[in-house]
Amino acid sequence: MTPSRPQFTPEQQAEVRRLQGLYPDPQGALLPVLHLAQDVFGYISEEVEEYVAGLFGLAPAHVHEVVTFYTMYFREPKGRHIVSVCHNLSCHLAGAPGILDHLRRRLGIEPGGTTDDGRVTLLAVECLCACEMAPMLQVDDRYEGNLTPETVDRLIDQLQ
Amino acid sequence: MSQSAAEPIEPILTRNFGRPDSHTLTAYRETGGYTGWAKALALEPAAITDAVKRSNLRGLGGAGFPTGTKWSFVPKGHAGPIYLVINADEGEPGTVKDRYLLERDPHALIEGMLIAARAIGSRLAFVYVRGEYVAPWRRFSAAVREAYDAGYLGRGLDVVVHRGAGAYICGEETGLISSLEGRKGWPKLKPPFPAIKGAFGAPTIVNNVETICQVPHIVNRGPEWFAALGTQTQGGTRLYSVSGRVRRSGVYEASVGVTLRQLIYEHAGGVTGNGRLKAVVPGGASAAILRADEIDVTMDVDGLRNAGTMAGSAGVIVMDETVSIPDALRVVARFYAHESCGQCTPCRETTGWIYRMTERIVEGRGRKEDLDTILDVARRGTGTTICAFYDGAVGPYISYIEKFRAEFEALIPHA
Ligand SMILES: Cc1cc2nc3c(=O)[nH]c(=O)nc-3n(C[C@H](O)[C@H](O)[C@H](O)COP(=O)(O)O)c2cc1C
Ligand code: SF4
Ligand code: FES
Repeated sequence: MTPSRPQFTPEQQAEVRRLQGLYPDPQGALLPVLHLAQDVFGYISEEVEEYVAGLFGLAPAHVHEVVTFYTMYFREPKGRHIVSVCHNLSCHLAGAPGILDHLRRRLGIEPGGTTDDGRVTLLAVECLCACEMAPMLQVDDRYEGNLTPETVDRLIDQLQ
Repeated sequence: MSQSAAEPIEPILTRNFGRPDSHTLTAYRETGGYTGWAKALALEPAAITDAVKRSNLRGLGGAGFPTGTKWSFVPKGHAGPIYLVINADEGEPGTVKDRYLLERDPHALIEGMLIAARAIGSRLAFVYVRGEYVAPWRRFSAAVREAYDAGYLGRGLDVVVHRGAGAYICGEETGLISSLEGRKGWPKLKPPFPAIKGAFGAPTIVNNVETICQVPHIVNRGPEWFAALGTQTQGGTRLYSVSGRVRRSGVYEASVGVTLRQLIYEHAGGVTGNGRLKAVVPGGASAAILRADEIDVTMDVDGLRNAGTMAGSAGVIVMDETVSIPDALRVVARFYAHESCGQCTPCRETTGWIYRMTERIVEGRGRKEDLDTILDVARRGTGTTICAFYDGAVGPYISYIEKFRAEFEALIPHA
């Protein structure tokens, strides 16, 4: 997990400079660099915020404000897999509450929680814009739709 | 209007969707791809904008603003950089179409961007893809690399593909610009409009993915052809995302003059649940709801405005008689409470408060005066906020309660 002094490798630092060079003002690369930082360090701790702020010459408070504004940056260690169940209208009409309840029972956690073994973080999220396959969820980078408790179980079984 | 909306229209935006390799440059070229760009190269920039104006293309991201007119707002003879920004932050509940375009026809967007950039004099374009759209982002980024290798990009236009990080408000064009600049996605007061002072302080045109995907066809086949596909005041076809209680949910292309009834019963195969329609949201969650007896309307911007709602993002959400409207409003209100950026007091306070009120009503703890209080409070904030998010929230608050009041009252003890 996050070392107390986070540090990108030379290759990652080169990637940061490449990203910064794409924008008229390097600050435009802040969101992409935070994505990179989360991939590398697991989550965005206060130390990571300070480190990223240093890469941009920004105040750590600015980076903190950005990190907390968006839902995809985690400020605490997350599970090895993120399961985000959509609970907006189309999914709701298609049975999202039942899917969410099934996951609650199956994983023994509430949305926002992580299983004790660190395998899964469960989230309830707003529309992922895949309403045509409602009810749906996102597991890491992948969208999965037309869910039933059975297909949800199979998905969870596959996660290491 | 030269064509009855009931006639099936040849697929335009979706013409390649059936091909498994539709996202590749080879497939795109085989079906006439990049010929619009070749034609546009022979046109003066002003002639391109003029053609888009005559086509009656209106923005398909939500606001329905005439696209050519927007392009013409870029200051003439501007010396510094001008940016084209593509809004691929699709987030309006009920809407899935831009995801289909990014995954199945990414080169159509690139070709449209080349033409739009020529029209407005831009040499650098950004495509802002919502953070959760990882697969569409990869697909589109691969197409951008192909377009660089083939020499379409990199010779006058560069394209940066930018990923968001989860926030509905970044779909609002000035929120999107704030986010692109490396800040939280707070919308900005207008004026100045982005066309005058937008991203990084430069004139910026923000257009939706689908809007720009239409542009190659307009150049290729002419503005008159495009205009004739639609109604008097809006040209073309568009992609309707249909979800909820229907037999065949999915993305359907039809004239902007198609009726809501046709979409539900012909394209999407009719209503499921108990089979009887109760209500439908025609243009994404922020559009006012319609009752079953209000679906004989055309789906164009003016048709739905006259019906007291809006075309928005063309996300159609269908509810049959077994759906509880108060419960649906609770879900929608939770969304607005969660997504308000918190900058304006009426929006921040009212969205949270109305969510708590609807929850209380659904749980059977409502009071007699609650409904009128909600209507009153909701109305008071309209028109006072920095962006249209709040007015978008008020559409459902008011319409769900006004059109289905008895259902809310039935949940309130002693109402
Ligand atoms: C709260 C809010 C959310 C919006 N979300 C989107 C969106 O996800 N995608 C989009 O293209 N436009 C969205 N818009 C509309 C944009 O502000 C803008 O009008 C549009 O991107 C312009 O492109 P167009 O003229 O091609 O439609 C949203 C507007 C508001 C007020
Ligand atoms: S209306 Fe709401 S979302 Fe828009 S700027 Fe104000 S607080 Fe933010
Ligand atoms: S409502 Fe769940 S994906 Fe849109």
